[in-house]
Amino acid sequence: MKSKSLVSIDQCSQEDILRILDNAQKFEENPNRKIMDGKVAATLFFEPSTRTRLSFETAFNRLGGKVVGFSDASTSSSSKGETLKDTILMVSNYADVIIMRHYLEGAARYASEVTDIPIINAGDGANQHPSQTLLDMYSIRKTQGTLENLTITMVGDLKYGRTVHSLIVGMSHFNPTFHFIAPEELRMPEEQKHFCEKHNIKYTEHCDFTTDIINQTDILYMTRVQRERFTDLVEYERVKNVYILHNEMLKGSRDNLRILHPLPRVNEIAYDVDDNPKAYYIQQARNGLFTREAIICEVLNVEI
Amino acid sequence: MSAQKQKELQVAALENGTAIDHIPPSQLFKVASLLGLEKMDNTITIGNNFHSKKMGCKGVIKIAGKFFEEDEINRIALIAPNVILNIIRDYEVVEKKTITLPDELIGLVKCNNPKCITNNEPMLSRFDVVDRATGAIRCRYCERKINKEDIVIK
Repeated sequence: MKSKSLVSIDQCSQEDILRILDNAQKFEENPNRKIMDGKVAATLFFEPSTRTRLSFETAFNRLGGKVVGFSDASTSSSSKGETLKDTILMVSNYADVIIMRHYLEGAARYASEVTDIPIINAGDGANQHPSQTLLDMYSIRKTQGTLENLTITMVGDLKYGRTVHSLIVGMSHFNPTFHFIAPEELRMPEEQKHFCEKHNIKYTEHCDFTTDIINQTDILYMTRVQRERFTDLVEYERVKNVYILHNEMLKGSRDNLRILHPLPRVNEIAYDVDDNPKAYYIQQARNGLFTREAIICEVLNVEI
Repeated sequence: MSAQKQKELQVAALENGTAIDHIPPSQLFKVASLLGLEKMDNTITIGNNFHSKKMGCKGVIKIAGKFFEEDEINRIALIAPNVILNIIRDYEVVEKKTITLPDELIGLVKCNNPKCITNNEPMLSRFDVVDRATGAIRCRYCERKINKEDIVIK
């Protein structure tokens, strides 16, 4: 990687991504390896995110390291007005790696500039969440046997959804074809579409969520349509039930189709889908553990 | 004395220094502030709304005894990209320079994303120029792209 910190998926080359995924696979075979013995990780969660924090902390514990940190900024000095820089420098005196989540965008990049120890970005506002992208890609490769030449359909909030934007960047090395399905107000932004054009990535946009598109798809990536994203609540009421996946919509789908979701879901995947073997979102979260073990080894430059 | 010289003398003759010409009138005082003129002890002449064949109306700043470094003067490229720098020695223009937008803008532009770390922490903003043709820039921290017309100078 260009830096020893993992701040954003754009910094990862195709080689970097494949190396991390290969290592994640080794951790899936055996998650308990005491290669972080004597090391301390600090998990600084300026914004609560129990799922991500537990996943990272479990990963570091399974590697034999110790974890310190906080899960809510109200219990840290930032509530007394301490700058992020001071907090990061202080923690750098104690820990070997910092895993941080922050409500402000760019916080992880700034942290990586002020300290010499590696920073792992566990989400900075609406900006980046690279470990999510890598675990999505791990799940895609595991279920499809490859990352190359896949058709990926993204559904829901494509405007504000950082996971879909990052997944486009991560997958751009592997010749994907995308279908973007979203209500008019939440369409994929121009910037991401330009990115696709620049990288010769095929994409089509749709407003209707139809079985016709599902049937051409290898990976169906569902996201949440959030009420607070709409300026026009009438529009929200109109579309809120349009982008819901029901089990019967999967009848004609490919055998290899898998359904992913960054979670938490609200109602965009009906519960009758859960028992379908093509539902993969719960296993996807489990893959996060292995991927994060691999990311920790990557930034600390530890051989597996 | 040439007609051109006489015309310049109407403002103030510079023995040695820099005359910044062709400043858009609306940007004149922003340019003055970006260059930190208020902190200089040099003799400075500021003129505005002079007639210009090229642009109709223009502003001019003359600073005695001052020769700018590249990175110092390129700060104004964002708001006044077409200015001409006349380097004057012994009453003669010895060099005419144009300015270029630098690849990176440090501490110059305010990020227009209120949730960007640069608006919430005592630190310098940093932007990369992503498209020289359109003047679009991108915040290095929150990664938001800002189009030229939305750029806010600090």
